[in-house]
Amino acid sequence: MAQVFNKSANNIARISMVMVVVLAGTAFYAYTQIARSSYLTGRYVEKQQPVQFSHKHHVGDDGIDCRYCHTTVETTASAGMPSTQTCMNCHSQIWADSPYLELVQKSFRENKPIEWQRVHDLPEYTYFNHSIHVAKGIGCSSCHGAIDNMPAVYQENTLQMEWCLACHREPEKFIRPKSEIFNMQWQDSDLSPADRDKLKADYKIRSKEMLTSCSVCHR
Amino acid sequence: MYLSKRNRSGILMIAVCLLLTACGVRFDMQDQPRYKAYKKSEFFADKRASRDFPEGTVPRGQLRDNKAFFTGQIENPNPNAVVQTTTDPSGNTLVSSFPNAIDEFPIPVSKELIDRGQDRYNIYCIVCHGPVGAGDGMIVRRGFVKPPTYHDDRLRNAPVGHFYDVISNGWGRMSGYAAKIQPVDRWAIVAYIRALQVSQDPDRALKMNTSPGAEAPKTTADKPATTEGGKTQ
Repeated sequence: MAQVFNKSANNIARISMVMVVVLAGTAFYAYTQIARSSYLTGRYVEKQQPVQFSHKHHVGDDGIDCRYCHTTVETTASAGMPSTQTCMNCHSQIWADSPYLELVQKSFRENKPIEWQRVHDLPEYTYFNHSIHVAKGIGCSSCHGAIDNMPAVYQENTLQMEWCLACHREPEKFIRPKSEIFNMQWQDSDLSPADRDKLKADYKIRSKEMLTSCSVCHR
Repeated sequence: MYLSKRNRSGILMIAVCLLLTACGVRFDMQDQPRYKAYKKSEFFADKRASRDFPEGTVPRGQLRDNKAFFTGQIENPNPNAVVQTTTDPSGNTLVSSFPNAIDEFPIPVSKELIDRGQDRYNIYCIVCHGPVGAGDGMIVRRGFVKPPTYHDDRLRNAPVGHFYDVISNGWGRMSGYAAKIQPVDRWAIVAYIRALQVSQDPDRALKMNTSPGAEAPKTTADKPATTEGGKTQ
């Protein structure tokens, strides 16, 4: 009976075995990269808003504090979106007849909210609370990036679980003094590691085991 | 090929699921059918999921019966009281008599209260009134009408209730900040304005006394905004 396989089949079989491992590895690597890509996470993608509001102008140029508009960031889960009245506090006089503000005027006249597009959209199986992060020394720019330099706001980080956990495992790498929470120029290197460890103790930040427990974020 | 009825319905179900998935229907937990702050609602006419309190209701423990604390006005204010007004060069209408405003702080004034006031002032007031209250804030430099300075006899002698009332309800071109600043924080800002006035005229003694029966606010809603144990940040 003739041989079914040619002698070269031995090599093909060996190469195939190696290739399966290589291809599976490549595919897995590709998957991890695509899952973290801005295509899937929305990172760095500028959202178009109904009104061309510029944080770069209002924060960077005018120096308005974050909390002037995001009033509830220190007390509730949501940082708070400003009412149209907040816009009108200044724009009743400044640029009052600018076409850029037409929608704001309309919203104010008709008493209907402006429909802003959400930039940071956490999945709803996660629990997130702004106030606890602010109270425990996490500054705005640690998560939101250089908002004072963003004409249109984009998401600075992936908002993926690995990103949350990176900080929950080592919060001492990111905490700041209370006075610097709203400072957009703050760098983590402004404070020595020893000072940050002391701050962590002062804030009574819980252990890594507690902070990475499932039910902290999934409740 | 023969398929049993059960197999055929199975294939149909898979096809329907695929079709729904293709149409973008997601049966997952990313977007759950519940309301969070600022979500859009198709149920309410104004499309807002965040609702106001129904008119005439009082949240438990938030009956605002301490008139001095919540309005800055005397017990029986006269709605027909005539106030004297003048007009300054920027076109602001200035009041120079304050018949209904209380003259004493309804809560004890402490260093913490003034510090809290400084913190809040530098968020909400500094934009127009400027760092020391001279009326030269960034928004004024951008074209808003210049507000009057705190550092003249008219406002040095103005009762504290007047400042509280203006913060709450606005005056002239200034909008009211009642929606943004809690009552106790408004008093903290008033205390800080007094401190600013002293800073620019240290030789003059300004009235900063607290009314005899004043107590620290009791209910949580009246306490300074904080997340830990009532301590002011």
